[in-house]
Formats: sequence, C-alpha cells, structure tokens
Amino acid sequence: MTATQSTETAGRAAAAVPAPTGAQDAALEQRRQSQRRLAQAPDLLTVRNLKMHFPVAEGALLPGVVAHVKAVDGISFTVRKGETLGLVGESGCGKTTTGRCILRLEHPSGGEILFDGKNLVDLDRKSMLALRQKIQVIFQDPYSSLNPRMKIGEIISEPMMVHRTEPNKAARDARVMELLRLCGLDPRFADRYPHEMSGGQRQRVGIARALSVRPEFIICDEAISALDVSIQAQIINLLEDLRDQFGLTYLFIAHDLSVVRHLCHRVAVMYLGKIVELAECDELYGNPLHPYTQALLGAVPVPDPDMEKARAYRIVKGEVPSPMNPPQGCVFHPRCPLAIESCAKNVPELRELRPGHWVACSVI
Amino acid sequence: MSKLLEIADLQTHFFTAAGVVKAVDGISYDVGQGETIAIVGESGCGKSVSALSILRLVADPPGRIVGGSIRFEGRDLLGLNDEEIRKVRGKDIAMVFQEPMTSLNPVLTIGRQLTETLEQHLDMTHEQAVARAIELLGLVGISDPKRRLKQYPHHFSGGMRQRVMIAMALCCEPKLIIADEPTTALDVTIQAQILELMKDLTRRLGVALIIITHNLGIVARYADRVNVMYAGKIIESGSAHDIYHHPCHPYTLALLRSVPRMDQPRRARLDPVQGQPPDLARLGAGCSFRPRCGFAVARCASEAPPLVRVDGGHHLAACWEAARVAGSPVEAA
Repeated sequence: MTATQSTETAGRAAAAVPAPTGAQDAALEQRRQSQRRLAQAPDLLTVRNLKMHFPVAEGALLPGVVAHVKAVDGISFTVRKGETLGLVGESGCGKTTTGRCILRLEHPSGGEILFDGKNLVDLDRKSMLALRQKIQVIFQDPYSSLNPRMKIGEIISEPMMVHRTEPNKAARDARVMELLRLCGLDPRFADRYPHEMSGGQRQRVGIARALSVRPEFIICDEAISALDVSIQAQIINLLEDLRDQFGLTYLFIAHDLSVVRHLCHRVAVMYLGKIVELAECDELYGNPLHPYTQALLGAVPVPDPDMEKARAYRIVKGEVPSPMNPPQGCVFHPRCPLAIESCAKNVPELRELRPGHWVACSVI
Repeated sequence: MSKLLEIADLQTHFFTAAGVVKAVDGISYDVGQGETIAIVGESGCGKSVSALSILRLVADPPGRIVGGSIRFEGRDLLGLNDEEIRKVRGKDIAMVFQEPMTSLNPVLTIGRQLTETLEQHLDMTHEQAVARAIELLGLVGISDPKRRLKQYPHHFSGGMRQRVMIAMALCCEPKLIIADEPTTALDVTIQAQILELMKDLTRRLGVALIIITHNLGIVARYADRVNVMYAGKIIESGSAHDIYHHPCHPYTLALLRSVPRMDQPRRARLDPVQGQPPDLARLGAGCSFRPRCGFAVARCASEAPPLVRVDGGHHLAACWEAARVAGSPVEAA
C-alpha cells in the first residue's frame, strides 16, 4: 500500500466511523518503540555552538558596521538518524536562520555543523553542492517557492538535473510520475503550472521536489503553516508516511506547538537566538521546565470552550526584545515571572535536569 | 436582549471573467448588544467578505451585494447613501484588520492617525483629541503613551500596532467591532495578550464583537456563539459548547477531528478532511461539502440542505444527515 492510499483510506474510514481504539493504540505503541530505537541511532547532524551574527551597517557614503543582529547565538543540538527534531519559537528567535545555516544559504559566523562527519561550515561551493543532494528543504509558502513559469514536471526534475542523479530524460520523467503519485497527486499534473493548483497541492509539489534526489535529511521550514486547517492534517500525514517509508530525518521548524507535538520525537525551544529547553516530545509537553516554554504552552488556545473557560491564563508580559541589543544575562529575564537579580548578569548554560531534558535556566 | 445587528439572507457576489463567484450566498445571523460572535472558516469560504459587506467595503466592481438586508439598530445599512454609511463606519461600527503592518499609514504619526478620527467623528478640538488619544493608548496597554503618540508605525512592533488598531477602533465608542483575523499575524504569546485585551475591553465597555478566524482554539475561549462557514454559507451555528462538543455538520466534525490538540493524548494519526476546498465559481447543485463528506447520501447531490434547528434551542445545522453526525464522537478514537 502506498503512502497516499493509506492516507485516503484511513481518512475516509475516520469520517464515517471513528477508527477502532485498538488500531490507534497499536500505532502509538509502535511509535514508542521507534522512539526507543531512535535513542540508540547514530547522530546524523551535529550543530555545535552555531552563531549567525548579521552586521548592521549605517552611513550613506562610508557605511560602517555599527552593530550585529545576533540571530543565532551559540546553539548546539544533534539530530539522530531517522529522528524528527522540532525547532519552535516565536518570530525572530532564529529558528529559520538555523535552518538556512545548515543549508549553507547563510555562512555562519561561528561554530560547526557536522553532517556525515563533514563540517559544513568549512566546505567550498562545489563540495557543498554535492552534499546538498542529501539535505533538502521544504519551504513555508507554496505560492512563492515554486517558479510560476515552470511546469510541475520541470520543477520536480530540476534538482535531478542539477545533481545529475537521473541523467536520461525518460528516467527523469518516470521518476516525476512516481514522485507525484507518492505525494498524492495525479501524475497528469506534471504538465500543469503552479497557478492551476491549490495551496495544499502546491505544497505536495514542494515535497516531491525535495524528495526527487533521495535526500537523507529534510528541513521543513514552517512547511504547513500557510495551509488551510483542513489541508494541514493531510500534509502532516504525508510527511509522516514518507518518513516511515524512506527512513527520512527531519528538522521541523514551526511555531505551531500542537503540530510539533504530533510530529516530532524531540523538541528544542528557541528564544532570541538561544535554545532555552530541549527534551523528548512527551517530556517537554508533559513537564515543561523553562518559564518561557511554560508561557508558550500556556498561550496555545484549545478547541474546547469548557476547558478554556476553566483554564487560568498565564500570559507573559511584554514583547521579544530586539536581537540587535539583547538583554544582558539570561535573554528571557525581563519577561520572566521567576527572574531573580542574578538572572540579569549570568548567562544560564543548558543543564541536563532530567535524563535527556536540557534547560537553560539558573532559577529552577 | 434586543438585537444590535440583524443580517438576513445576505448575498455578495463577485462578477469575474471566470464566472459569478458567490462568495457570500445567503447568510443570516444576528448579534446582540455586547455579544461576541465568531465566524469560523477556511480561506475562501466568504467569512471576510461577509464582514466587509456589513460596512459596504466590498470593492465594486467586481463585487456587489446582490440581495438580503443588514439592519443595524433597526436601520438598513444597504439603503444608506455614501455619506450616511461613512458616518456609520468607524463611529458605530469599527473594524480591526488582520495585518497591523499594512493597515496603519506609514507616513503619519500614531497620534495623528488617532486624533484625525476623533476630530472628524466627534468634533473634538485638537487638544481634546490628543488627551483622549493618550487615554486610549493607556487603555490598550501601551506604556508611555504621550511619547508614543509622536512616533511612526515603524517604531512599533506587530503586537503594539495591533494594540494601536484596537485603540483606533475604540476611539469613537462604537457599539460593534468587527475583527478580521485580529491575531493571525502575531506570535502565540502576543496573540494571547491581544485576545485577553479585546475580551476585557468589550466586556467592560459593553461593545459587541464579531471575530472572524480560522483558528478553532481562539473561538472556543471568547465566543458566545459560533457560525461555521463553508463555500459562502453558514453550515452550522450554535453556542461554543454546542459546536465543540456536539457538532451536527460533517465539516465541523471533520475540522475538529483533523487538528492535533494539546488537550488530548497524542494520537498516532490525524484524520484529515479529504479533498480540496471547492472552487466557488464552479459550485454544482446540492451540498457543496458533499465531495469531501463521509456521511453523504444520494439526496445530497441534488438538494442543498437548509440551515435548520437540530435541537430545542439555537443550534442550527445545514445537513440532511445531521442526526447521524450528532451521534459520532468528536474525539476520533
């Protein structure tokens, strides 16, 4: 059974009658097993002390660098083979920049990114190009990330031409058909243009393009945020099916915490260029330790009026400060309900407070 | 409670090269004084157009209100001339838009944009207007309002701009505020701040609120009544409790089931709504949700179901099989 077939049948059955509890339980158990397996899996990507500081220049005639925007300021994490790591945070926290550094769309100011034993930060253009075949990306906006003048078939086969994975045209065309089917689209779409498709269909094309060169690692940068509610679940299921089928590893960058909870094995929470908390998914959502994570989770509205009315909202005050002039000490201290005097001076390190649960807070 | 706003059989159509798009196709609902009503739906379902129609802000051409009535305090807004409707806009009914980045004028100070409305609608002197503007900015939680008045929109963050928009909406003490996706462009912690602010202010000042959104979560906390729209029609209407706990339309049920939820144990798989949203220019006969519906029967292909009462109260649904839908649990396994 292909990925899409299973999506459709599962969805149809669920629309008429709820899926039997047994099946869901079995699937959840399977997931727990894979989580245990993943704990032993080798690291595919290791990011160490990654920094991306953008210079800010002022002056019309002789521009001089007056400051730096510290978009990413010394973060470290690993992604194991077959794992989905969620990277969450509010706009401006540096999550997208982190993804762009891994793709080397930005040249990091410091730190290292190890993929397959190679440090991506040092690679020259040519070796990076070769490595990009293994690292692909799915973008947020399915409207601006597909070239409007290219047919769907051309869009999907372009990476195969760049990386010369399928040198002859017939093989490429066959692969395009296969990818379209895999992503739940009619193979006849190969002759259409992006404007003839809906947002959800375009995102499927974006996914097919990323898969075309058989990558190991895919960065999903807000890959479902721009889609309609009723389409989001379709794409989430597709991403899960593809992960299982091809053993893919994802870095899932998103701001929607309920989607991240559903899809990810481990989650890193970013705030102002730093990782403030990192843990296994159920651990992070069940037992958030950093005050910022608690605030983020507390702010997510749930579709249940009775529960919402009973719930005490703990809203964090204030706004995210500018990354050009971040607060001294802990970056969250001006908004933090637990802050004490020393938080304004000392930068908290990530500490392992429970097994596999890392938190950067000196108060808890 | 006497009704503040009564909308009956409103129809707004767009006349395009591809054909007539029935963006709003006969919707009826009313809003009581101080009530919070939510309109929920996906992009292209007509929810924004239905709100713009209330203030007659739909661009003509290509759009036109072709039928129905909109009565505000008993007055038919569709019968007013341009001068009269302009007096309603901003004064009796104010609007808060989704994009706080684009709905403020970048070349005027925040103070000028606030005082302009006050001087125009309330005949205040400049000094009175400035004093009131300072008061309003304080009300929406902007610190140091006196200094902020002299600043331009680019000095403000997204959340702060949305606060300014709310201050502008409040400045003439309107009886109704229409908020079109007021927090969609904002981060989740800021979204919570803005929603609490709007709830607090509307309760305190007794202003009625229409919130238009695609986010089912937001609506649960704030709305007294929820109207779910699909393909230009209201397909279900009821109290937030009815809609979230006893949905009677397959679309509402499918939407609730398709979202991953923080309040429930993690599921192994999501149950998506199948298929694509319909093309409003090419709607056939019958129920427009039928191609995506798990409950569809033969009748759905030929006869569009009317919005009818499904219980003794005010819970309405437009589905021939509403009784069967009501029997299905919301929690998918």
